Amino acid sequence: MSIWEYANPKKFLHTSERVLPSLWVVSAVLILGGLIWGFFFTPDDYRQGSTVKIIYLHVPAALMAINAWFMMLLASLIWVIRRHHVSALAAKAAAPVGIIMTLIALITGAIWGQPMWGTWWAWDPRLTSFLVLFLFYLGYIALWEAIDNPDTAADLTSILCLVGSVFAVLSRYAVNFWNQGLHQGASLSLDKEENVADVFAFPLYTCMAGFILFFIALVLYRTGTEIRARRMKALIARERMSDA
Amino acid sequence: MSALLLRDLRLAFRAGGGFGLGLAFFLIVTVMVPFSVGPNSATLAVIAPGVLWLGALLACLLSLDRLLALDWEDGSLDLLATAPLPLEAVLSVKSLAHWLTTGLPLVLAAPVLGVLLNLPAGGYLWITLSLLIGTPALSVIGTFGAALTVGLKRGGLLLSLLVMPLYVPTLIFGAEAARRGAAGMAVETPLLMLGGITLGAIALLPFASAAVLRVNLR
Repeated sequence: MSIWEYANPKKFLHTSERVLPSLWVVSAVLILGGLIWGFFFTPDDYRQGSTVKIIYLHVPAALMAINAWFMMLLASLIWVIRRHHVSALAAKAAAPVGIIMTLIALITGAIWGQPMWGTWWAWDPRLTSFLVLFLFYLGYIALWEAIDNPDTAADLTSILCLVGSVFAVLSRYAVNFWNQGLHQGASLSLDKEENVADVFAFPLYTCMAGFILFFIALVLYRTGTEIRARRMKALIARERMSDA
Repeated sequence: MSALLLRDLRLAFRAGGGFGLGLAFFLIVTVMVPFSVGPNSATLAVIAPGVLWLGALLACLLSLDRLLALDWEDGSLDLLATAPLPLEAVLSVKSLAHWLTTGLPLVLAAPVLGVLLNLPAGGYLWITLSLLIGTPALSVIGTFGAALTVGLKRGGLLLSLLVMPLYVPTLIFGAEAARRGAAGMAVETPLLMLGGITLGAIALLPFASAAVLRVNLR
C-alpha cells in the first residue's frame, strides 16, 4: 500500500468519495465554529477595536493562498517526473481555489487597512508579493484554458509552475528591498515568545484548520470532476469512432 | 551557432523584420510622458529612471511575439529542432539575437531620451549600465514566454500575461539601481542583484525554454 496507488483514477475516485462527506462536514463545522467564536465571543482589541476580527478570514486565506501554490508545485513535479494524470489534474483543480484565496486575502486586507492604516492599498512588500502571486495564478489558469490538448497543457503549465515559483520567491525578496513596509510581522510563529494573545489565537487556529480541510475537500472534489470530464470526453470520442 | 545568429540578425534588419519596432515604441512612450504628467522639470527628473526602465521593458515585451512565431509559421523551427545543435543552444542564440536587435538599441537610446526627461547628470551612467546588465534577462525570460505560447493562435495577450510577473524582479532591481544612481546614492547592491538575476536566467532558463518548445513541437 503506497500513496502512488492513488495515481489510478478509479482508486482515487473511490477513496476520495468515501472521505469527502466527512471532510465537508468537519471543515464547515470548524470554519463556522471558528468564525462565530471569533466574531461574537472574543473581546475587542484595545487599539484596533472590532476591526481585529477580520483576522479570522484574512490569515487563513493568506495561508492557503501560498500553500495552494506550493501544492501545485508539488503536483507539477510529480507530473513531470512520474507522469500521473491525477497529479496534473489536481494541480489544475487547485489553481482557481488558490486565486480566490489570494483575492480574499487582498480584499480583507484592504478592508482592514482602510480604517487602520488610512489607506486601501500601499506598495508594501507583503501586499505587493500577493499581487504578484495573483498575477502568477492568472497566467497559470489562462495557459490551461488556452491549450486544447490536455497532455500538452499539463506539460506546459507544470513547467510554468516550476519557473514561476523561482520568480515568485525572487519577487518576494526584491520587494523587500524597498523598505520594511506597513504590514506587521507574523503574529503566529512557533519559535517566538510573544504571539497574538490566546483569546484571539484559539479561534484563529480553528479557522486555519477549517480552511486547510476545506481546501483539501475542494481540491479532491474538483479533481474528481476533472477526471470525470476527461473520461466523458474519451467516451464521446469512442462513440464517434464506432459510428464512423 | 554563428550561422544561426547571422541569419537571425539579417532577417531582423531587413524590411519587415521589425527591427525598429521596439525602438520606435520606446521613443513614443518616453516622449508622451511629459505630455501626460506635465512639463515640470523637477517632477520629470524624479520619475525619469523609472519611465526609461518601464519604456524599455514594454518595448521588449512588444517584440517578443515575433521571436519564434515567424520561424514557427514557415517551419524552420522544426528544422532547427532536428538539427545537430541542441535546442537549448538554438534558443540561447535566438535570445542573443533578440537582445542585439532589441535590447542593445534600447540601451543606447536611453541616455539620449534621458535628456528629454531631464534626467539628473549623475543618472546617465547608471541608467545605461543598469539597462545593459538587465536587458539580457528580459530577452532570455521573453524567449521562455515565446516558447510557451508559440503554438497558440492568439498568443500575444497570453504571452504578455505570462511574462509580466516574471519581469517583476528584474524591473525592481533595475529601476532601483537607476533611481539610486540618479539620486547620487550607492548602487552596488541592486546592481549586483540585477547581475545575479541576469546570469542565473542566462544559465538556467534556456533549459526550461527548450523543454516547453519540445512539448510544443511534439
